[in-house]
Amino acid sequence: MTRLISLAGAIGKGFLRDRTAVFFTILFPLMFLLIFGGIFKDQTIAKSDVLQIGPVPVLDQLPPQAQAELSKVLEVTRTDDRADALEQVRKGDAEAAIEQQGDTVVLHYSAADQVKAGTIRGIVESLVQQGNLAAAGVSTPAISLDTQQVEDESLKTIQYITPGLLGWAVAVGAMFGAALTLVTWRQKKLLRRLRLSPVSTVTVIGARVGVSIGVALVQTAIFIGIALLPYFGLRLSDYWWMAIPLVIAGTLAFMSLGLLAGAWAKTPEAASAIANLIVLPMAFLSGSFFPIDAAPTWLRTLSNVFPLKHLNEAMLDVMVRGEGPVSVLPTIALLLGFAAIVGALAARLFRWDDV
Amino acid sequence: MVSTIVVNDIHKRYGDVRAVDGVSFEVSSGEFFGILGPNGAGKTTTLEIVEGLRQADRGEVTVFGESPWPRNTALLPRIGVQLQASSFFERLTAREQIRTFASLYGVPAKQADSMLELVGLADKADTRNERLSGGQQQRLSIACALVHGPDLVFLDEPTSGLDPQARRNLWDVLREINAQGRTVVLTTHYLDEAEVLCDRVAIMDEGRILELGPPASLVRGLDAPTRVSVESGLITVDDARELDDGADVADDGVSLTIATRTPAKVLAALADRNALRGLTVRGATLEDVFLQLTGREFRE
Repeated sequence: MTRLISLAGAIGKGFLRDRTAVFFTILFPLMFLLIFGGIFKDQTIAKSDVLQIGPVPVLDQLPPQAQAELSKVLEVTRTDDRADALEQVRKGDAEAAIEQQGDTVVLHYSAADQVKAGTIRGIVESLVQQGNLAAAGVSTPAISLDTQQVEDESLKTIQYITPGLLGWAVAVGAMFGAALTLVTWRQKKLLRRLRLSPVSTVTVIGARVGVSIGVALVQTAIFIGIALLPYFGLRLSDYWWMAIPLVIAGTLAFMSLGLLAGAWAKTPEAASAIANLIVLPMAFLSGSFFPIDAAPTWLRTLSNVFPLKHLNEAMLDVMVRGEGPVSVLPTIALLLGFAAIVGALAARLFRWDDV
Repeated sequence: MVSTIVVNDIHKRYGDVRAVDGVSFEVSSGEFFGILGPNGAGKTTTLEIVEGLRQADRGEVTVFGESPWPRNTALLPRIGVQLQASSFFERLTAREQIRTFASLYGVPAKQADSMLELVGLADKADTRNERLSGGQQQRLSIACALVHGPDLVFLDEPTSGLDPQARRNLWDVLREINAQGRTVVLTTHYLDEAEVLCDRVAIMDEGRILELGPPASLVRGLDAPTRVSVESGLITVDDARELDDGADVADDGVSLTIATRTPAKVLAALADRNALRGLTVRGATLEDVFLQLTGREFRE
């Protein structure tokens, strides 16, 4: 046990004194959290700018209460210069321009931002419908629509990006840690030196695994700690602590991938390149940076081979979606199974020496 | 005497290359044993087989009466190995390195610190290994090999790449280790090093042992001439030849060298002519033994 602790101490000190490693495993992912968390902080209440050209009775004749509702989603500015208004829409300074010629309401929009254009179109269409109903003398519509968000209404972008970015950070730390340790130790003949000491391979691997899990838990604490700050406003659901066994199982899965890269590569540079080649596409396809719901079906199917995809999903479930602890047990089993299979493969490719 | 190491007719091939081709030797307890040869002679492979890092294709090895292959954890605490490269944990200080290695053998930290003193690194204890000089790194790696007090120490080219001063300092450390009663096995491609340090030397080339014995008797057995050199221009080559009939004389423009079997007579004659400026007298060395055995110059 003292051997394991002192080996782990040596690896841990080596990691903490390596500024590049500390930057890329802890600070770099954290920067993404700060940037994404900052950029998308107010995304849920972003308003659309609409220019009103001349009098538009559909808008002007709305009761004050409806006007107030409308101003939550549309920022309507009045103008009389039609040409200037259309130019502004073309340039993207305003999302749309609206005018009314007799009984026809004309909505001008730019194809550059189709999502916003669609939103505004929907809103204006409903206003026109209401106008039609009123004109037909219907004061109480037969059917009314009320929409409600299923999650807590305070749900913000930070809720989605914290688990995803944390998963990515854990993947980077565990993969690079395992791959680079294996290659540099082999290259510097430290593996050979350890083989000549009466220490078991289990102890050597145990020390490295222990340090990686420690690093992953520190990443988790820092990520959650920062996201919980009032500025970012992360709200954890009841069983968020199930993220801890998930992170541990994920670390083992990513370490096995790193060991595979390290068993195959001859130099630290090659090991880094291989690890990057795996970790970057994996992070994108696993939805660490943005949701991949809109991606083609085959791509979403492909993403299921990555352990990070399953880790991200499960972390979202327990950290913000409020799922119970049992719901992520299959994912933990899957990650551990992945670690066992890939780890066995890495053990087969393992070499003590370069020659 | 008890044999610490017994190597009996070991062979090892890498593809078509016969790295070790029938090597046998024994090392006694407390002996300082050298394996000498140019790069690629098979020294390192031989050592790796004895240490238990590689399996011989054929032949037997016993260390303290046991087989080192497969990995024999009963044997490992009794042997210390210093590897060719400086194999350290990254970014640790000298003290942290040696304490980590010590703990792998269950040796207390205090004993580890005293090893730093033995190799003269006590004042560098807080320096990270990346900032140590080549000589200091070599001494640290020897300290790491010795930290658990092994009875048998393997040193693979411990002085390669060191400046002359650092080499001599290291020699003192190695003599001290041997004087403590430890058996030392050293590979080197420096002939002078083998001559100065080793009780017995095995000269290897192309995977075989060509000659084995104490350095002095190998040199004496050679019956080689003594080389007497003086500055060029003090005496002509023809005059020099007359000093000793049959002597081999050469003048390279810097010094004139007379290879003679009667050095006393030649020296007296040179003194008579007052031609002793820049005098050096050199007996045969292991270098000459190697030349004699292989018919080629010893090069690194």
